[in-house]
Amino acid sequence: MDVIIESLPQYWDGFLRTLFLAVVSGIIALVAGTLLAAARVSPVAALRGFSMAYVEVVRNTPLTIAFFFAAIVLPRLGVTFEQFEVAAIIALSAYTAAFIAEAVRSGVNSVPVGQAEAARSIGMTFGQVLSLIILPQALRTVIPPLINILIALVKNSSVAGAFFVLELFGYGKQLANDHGDAVMWVLVGVAFFYLLITVPLGYIAHQVERKVAIAR
Amino acid sequence: MTSVLYDVPGPKARRISLIGSVIGVLVIGALLALALVTLAQQGIFEARRWAIFGQADVWSLIFDGIGATLGAAAIAAVIAFPLGLLLCLMRISEVAWIRVPTRIVLEFFRGMPVVLMMLFVLLVFATSPFIAVVAGLVLYNAAIFAEIIRAGIQSLPKGQREAGLAIGLTSFQSRLSVELPQAIRRMLPSLVAQLVVLLKDTSLGYIVAYGELLRAVQVMADFLGPQFLFPVFFVAAAIYIAINLAVSRLAIWIERHGSKKAAGGVAKAPTAGVSTVIK
Repeated sequence: MDVIIESLPQYWDGFLRTLFLAVVSGIIALVAGTLLAAARVSPVAALRGFSMAYVEVVRNTPLTIAFFFAAIVLPRLGVTFEQFEVAAIIALSAYTAAFIAEAVRSGVNSVPVGQAEAARSIGMTFGQVLSLIILPQALRTVIPPLINILIALVKNSSVAGAFFVLELFGYGKQLANDHGDAVMWVLVGVAFFYLLITVPLGYIAHQVERKVAIAR
Repeated sequence: MTSVLYDVPGPKARRISLIGSVIGVLVIGALLALALVTLAQQGIFEARRWAIFGQADVWSLIFDGIGATLGAAAIAAVIAFPLGLLLCLMRISEVAWIRVPTRIVLEFFRGMPVVLMMLFVLLVFATSPFIAVVAGLVLYNAAIFAEIIRAGIQSLPKGQREAGLAIGLTSFQSRLSVELPQAIRRMLPSLVAQLVVLLKDTSLGYIVAYGELLRAVQVMADFLGPQFLFPVFFVAAAIYIAINLAVSRLAIWIERHGSKKAAGGVAKAPTAGVSTVIK
């Protein structure tokens, strides 16, 4: 147990970096994912095709391969970063965006047809229908799945620890090396800090879900 | 295809859309060309870099990697599913001292990164990487399977359980012979989707030094020289993605065909069940 208290500064640093990775990648992925979903339902065939292909390929790509590409292959190809956090954020947001696009699209499909018809019948264009009528309602209904995707994002950010970023998992590996006699406690400490993020988020998702269920 | 989101395009809108599509294709094509030119400048397309794929050793390493990936995924899936069933039954048990601890355990495993569990098993129990990978996958996916099946049971009409109890089945018998078969059938698409996640997560074995496909790439790049990293990575990633795409297609196929067969159709999975599948 002592090792956890001893190493609190490292844990805290790792915790903050994990949060940082998750928040930055989360925001990028939310924006990119919503745009991808909009492209998926747009009248322009090329946009639809691109969005579909992107989502299909990325959802079937293991995250480790995305990280390997961003952190090890890209630098060899001349794309270099100051810090490996950049590679981690690229991999995490590109990966998560595909899942968010799917969730938002299912939300768009769940909005009653009459909403879009009414909007069109008063003369709104596609852009107006989508941004003023459909998306605000769609996003509301997909908040619980979106939160679940963000929980997965927090957990997925642990892969960054294996690609030269010192976040929670990275510190966990390092501390486990330094304290060979207390490996178990070191990793239990890491687990605790992950649960500190994921359990409250899960609770929020559950509460929102119940509220939405009643509202409908 | 018509969409409720926009009018059926007239001649003018079709023209604009066509122009937009052409521009879009050109932009994507230009980006791809730029990437290819950059790669070519690095000498990626020199024949000698790809000549390694003429060697049997390279392919045998790649196939070993694929075998290790699929093997770990298959064993983990075979263990995780029955364990998930058991955990699900415990989670919905009517006995509080079984239900409550199970719930805590499930929350714990669902809230943790898989790779952390793998590392934990590897270091604390000093096992081989293979066992660490399988154990990590089993613990995490059993928890997810349990939640998916639970969501399936909860989505059943109440009358199913009531009818089971009314004909004199015990609570456990009703779960086992009335509710579970229906729940599993309803949740089949989600369960297969989770199998894809499990297969994808096998790649985390790279981090705990399990000799799966990505590790094979790394080994080859270290052995042959860094200039071969890109070709080997490219081929391995393509194989990985192709396998996953195939299993995903299978999931979609099951979803379509299952909905015709299942009595009363496949219920729309409750959000809780579906969202836990997302990884």
